[in-house]
Amino acid sequence: MEEFLQQVINGLSLGAIYALIALGYTMIYGVLRFINFAHGDVFMVGAYIGFFIYPLLSESLETGYLTAFAVLLAAMLGCGLLGVTIEFLAYRPLRNRPKLTVLITAIGVSLFLEYTGQIDFVFGADYKTYPTLVERSAVLSGSGLSLGSDQVIVFVVAIGLMLLLRVIVMKTKIGIAMRALSMNLSAASLMGINTNRVISFTFFIGSALAGAGATLYAISYPKINPLMGVLPGLKAFVAAVLGGIGNIPGAVFGSFFIGTAETMTAGYISPTFRDAIVFGILILILIFKPSGLLGKGGVEKV
Amino acid sequence: MNLRLLTTAAAIAVFTLAGCSKTDSGDKPAGEAATIKIGQIASMTGKEATFGQQVDDGIKLAIEEINKAGGLLGKKVELITEDTQSQTPPTKTAMEKLVSKDQVVAVIGEVASSRSMAAAPIAERGKVTLLSPASTNSNVTLDKDGKTLNYVYRICFIDPFQGTVMAKFASENLKAKNIAVLKDNANDYSVGLAKNFTETFTKNGGTIVEEQAYEGGQTDFKAQLTAIKAKNPEAIFVPGYYTEVSLIAQQARELGIKAPLLGGDGWDSPVLTQGAAKQALEGSFFSNHYSEQDTSAVVLEFIKRYTAKYNEVPGAMSALGYDAMNIIAKVIKDAGKADAETIAKGLATLKDYPGVTGKITIDAQHNANKPAVVLQIKDGKYSYYSTIAP
Repeated sequence: MEEFLQQVINGLSLGAIYALIALGYTMIYGVLRFINFAHGDVFMVGAYIGFFIYPLLSESLETGYLTAFAVLLAAMLGCGLLGVTIEFLAYRPLRNRPKLTVLITAIGVSLFLEYTGQIDFVFGADYKTYPTLVERSAVLSGSGLSLGSDQVIVFVVAIGLMLLLRVIVMKTKIGIAMRALSMNLSAASLMGINTNRVISFTFFIGSALAGAGATLYAISYPKINPLMGVLPGLKAFVAAVLGGIGNIPGAVFGSFFIGTAETMTAGYISPTFRDAIVFGILILILIFKPSGLLGKGGVEKV
Repeated sequence: MNLRLLTTAAAIAVFTLAGCSKTDSGDKPAGEAATIKIGQIASMTGKEATFGQQVDDGIKLAIEEINKAGGLLGKKVELITEDTQSQTPPTKTAMEKLVSKDQVVAVIGEVASSRSMAAAPIAERGKVTLLSPASTNSNVTLDKDGKTLNYVYRICFIDPFQGTVMAKFASENLKAKNIAVLKDNANDYSVGLAKNFTETFTKNGGTIVEEQAYEGGQTDFKAQLTAIKAKNPEAIFVPGYYTEVSLIAQQARELGIKAPLLGGDGWDSPVLTQGAAKQALEGSFFSNHYSEQDTSAVVLEFIKRYTAKYNEVPGAMSALGYDAMNIIAKVIKDAGKADAETIAKGLATLKDYPGVTGKITIDAQHNANKPAVVLQIKDGKYSYYSTIAP
């Protein structure tokens, strides 16, 4: 029983990181109706921002947690700006082209980030050791159950950011504008909404969440490389589809589900199947409920 | 117009090249060379650059000493090094060049088993000995049908031996009865070590309480470690490479697992104990080829000379390179001849050579029969713990 509960905790903490990535997929899909396949690589860049900025920050800031917080903010800001830049340079010129064109461009951006990152004077292809932002120990180490300090931080930061996102989307003016765009882009622009600004903002928020996810991921798994974003990115994408792409609570739910399913598979069936089970879920959901568990089935108007 | 120009240029290039190779091979008749040429294929650049550079340093030290003492059979030893760039295709090119153009009498290299295996067929075809300092995969000295190759040798132990060593160590030194295994399923090295560890450990009366696996490149091992923790083992055998091992150690400590980890030479990297892994791996053990803290006279002398030349403490790869070169020199000296055939024969019968990396005997499969050292990680450094004989 204790072993099972421990696996649940492991799964949920993995899921919390997926959730931060999945939110970016789902928000961008919500307003623009396309999958930003470069999202996983924005996540990767977030880890490298932390890696390079930590030595600069750790000298000026005294306490460990303050530094960790500053690294988190830097990664979020850096990723947010990267997301806005990608949208401005690669996607905006294609705004009125077929969706497939933008999708292929997104794959191009993804490969560009991955392989530029592997050049020696950029990030280099080898694994780098991410700095130890927080002391890693077992916080709650009773007879059987244990909760690592990194898991506590992952939960606190991830849930905090999700609540903040909820407030932004539901209560602020820009949040209302985002929701208007997701209902109907052209109607929203007719109502006087500056759609380009709202889209940029959406990219900023989505990418900043990926930056936060990257920092949390690197705290938990402190080996980073330029291809590290591929698998978490794909799994977060599956989570977003599972919850219903375009649906924010759906993405969070889907991520916790995927994280737990993956951990349970590795723990009780075979670790070889841990990736297979995630993509198996994707196939099943696309066959039986393509709109996702929490998504609304919509009729494509032609 | 342009096309014609190109064709002419190409034709000229071809003729010039052909001319070159002709004069080259006709230049000096073989056997009359003023030096004894030894080749080296090594990863001087790329992913495993530290491996190749360390071996190179070891070989160069040995050659310097040999030449200072008057050389071999009255001739100086000359080293021709070819870079494999840590990749397989350039390895083949490098080996071809050494065998056919430079006509060396023996080649030392590579560290990575996959690259030694790529060079092996060329050694067989050219009838030139390939002596690997550190390729531990069992198949390096064998052909496809499992027959021992005539010209391929190594001076390191092989993977199955390491598994046996750690099993012996666990039951005899740690007095452990219950051990868990966490292996990399996608890696032959890891699977081999785990298999031999399990066989020896259970034969000695121990129990493998849990066997879990992962795949190289994964980062989350908590599911497997949780399952291991439930069985409460006295130690965990993790025969993987250093990148995953350092993550596994950190996650194990977070889950409250206090048992030490055990591993093989795949752990040996300065990167292993970076960051929080330093603390997580404190007190863990792994098997290796050599320890710079060994206090035997041969090792002390080697370290003294090496440090005098390079100003740093030699790693295992340097020690293996040094031994490889000295073994070839001994074989040449004993036979009184320096041709490829003699060297291959001499290596096959090498017995009890007192090397820096232990007493080396070459067995029927051309593998080195020699002891392994067990190192313990203390304060992020590898400290010598014991030597385990085969």
